[in-house]
Amino acid sequence: MQEDGTIAASDHTAPARNHGTAPGTLPVVSLRGVTKRYGNGTLAVRGLDLDIAAGGFVSLLGPSGCGKSTVLRMVAGLSPVTAGTIDWPRATHDARGTPRPKLGFVFQEPTLMPWQTAIDNVALPLRLEGVAKAERHRRARKMLALVGLSDFAESYPRELSGGMKMRVSIARALVTEPEMLLLDEPFAALDEITRFRLNNDLLRLWEARRFTAVFVTHSVFESVYLSERVIVMAAGPGRLHSDLSIEAPVQRDEAFRTSPDYAALCRTVSGALERAMAA
Amino acid sequence: MTPPDEALPQERRFLGLSAGTWPRILAPLVMGLLLLGGWEWAVRHFAVPAYIVPGPVQIAQTLVKDWPTLSGSLAVTLRITLLALLVAVSAGVALSVLFSQSKWVEMTFLPYAVMLQVTPVVAIAPLIIIWVDNVQASLLICAWIVAFFPIVSNTTIGLNSTDRNLVDLFRLYGATRWQTLVQLRLPAAMPFFLAGLRISGGLSLIGAIVAEFVAGTGGASSGLAYRILESGYQLQIPRMFAALALISFSGVVIFLALSLVSHLMLRRWHESALKKDR
Repeated sequence: MQEDGTIAASDHTAPARNHGTAPGTLPVVSLRGVTKRYGNGTLAVRGLDLDIAAGGFVSLLGPSGCGKSTVLRMVAGLSPVTAGTIDWPRATHDARGTPRPKLGFVFQEPTLMPWQTAIDNVALPLRLEGVAKAERHRRARKMLALVGLSDFAESYPRELSGGMKMRVSIARALVTEPEMLLLDEPFAALDEITRFRLNNDLLRLWEARRFTAVFVTHSVFESVYLSERVIVMAAGPGRLHSDLSIEAPVQRDEAFRTSPDYAALCRTVSGALERAMAA
Repeated sequence: MTPPDEALPQERRFLGLSAGTWPRILAPLVMGLLLLGGWEWAVRHFAVPAYIVPGPVQIAQTLVKDWPTLSGSLAVTLRITLLALLVAVSAGVALSVLFSQSKWVEMTFLPYAVMLQVTPVVAIAPLIIIWVDNVQASLLICAWIVAFFPIVSNTTIGLNSTDRNLVDLFRLYGATRWQTLVQLRLPAAMPFFLAGLRISGGLSLIGAIVAEFVAGTGGASSGLAYRILESGYQLQIPRMFAALALISFSGVVIFLALSLVSHLMLRRWHESALKKDR
């Protein structure tokens, strides 16, 4: 069973709407019947249909083993789909007709190269594209400033704290100005205070740059705090369970985090997750 | 008021070295002097003849007296050692890169690399010396066989243990095989390679000495092992000890030099080169 619903933060009932895309606008990415079976026979994801609108902030929420990370890796092109299609209607296509969407990826670990300084780590995607050193350092420096690490450009990863490393990782993912930022439980390993700070920083970056964000998490609270839309997935095999839109102020801050609205939204999403786990 | 140097404790230094470094130099030095002193005392006290065990003083005198001959032999042995290490490094790294690029190549060749390693070099050295006309070349081959495996094995592990997420990241940005190798796999393998290099440095010296022993007096070689054999036949035991001391000393110097190289290359980023500050 698949639930669809809009949950509103305010008292007025928001009209139910199609969460994919408004009619007439193309989604950034469109998944149809996406299925993933691993070599050992495990069915990780079955028949997933999902449209993601441009500029949105979408969370994939679910218990471990529901294939949410697998979905993210398939969208990133890091893991081939077994069946189904992933289309990029708005992306540029190369000479062979393969879509080349501009993506950024943030892993659960900071995944930095320990032998390179923060600025060189951030500049890596540009270096692989063949951007000249002066130019890529200029752009990397700008990204580092944006995540508040201007003073640490020449530091090596081992000299940075866990939160700072994650900021470098986010700066690297954004340095190419991607259309879509994919985040695979990026803050799961951080302490709560750092996580809250990075949540706010991520929202600020998203408001400023308006990339499409797809955020994988197993935290109800984090998904509600960050997203406009929460996709709840069920496990065994991984599939879409419910698609909830979070009608809350765009301005998310500590006041929102402690508001009754936030608590109510969390309760609703938590309920959906519980049903997904029972399903 | 707190004086500024108390507020900011500075590392204490003596003669340019930090206070913590001195015990690491002094303790083994004192131990060595005690041992040598005890040795000299025992030789004198029990009147041990020099053709059985010479004392350290006599060995040092022989070292000075025979320096013209011994230094020539040292140069010969060191040349073989360093050449063997150089060839082991280049061939070893090249083979590891090949292994990392193709599972098939690794499956096909790794067993033979292992076979080369486990066969004692003393057992194949006579064959090599017979097959290869040039004595220098045959010595080089023997030393290389011994030195080459740690490089291959360590570098291969290093190349294969690159962070999978970083490999994925390179794929995401459409990196070529070459970019992934040069910018990711090789730097990631560096600590492993350097650990292998330190082992191989010592092994290439051992390989060179063993090969010289096997080639023996029949060859035209005149390395340190040859000097030891020659001194043994002539019952010039002090000179034998002097040559032995030179070999040990060379081994230590090679190890220290390679450790320094390793430290300089890794000090900015790798755990093994970090100062433990608690």
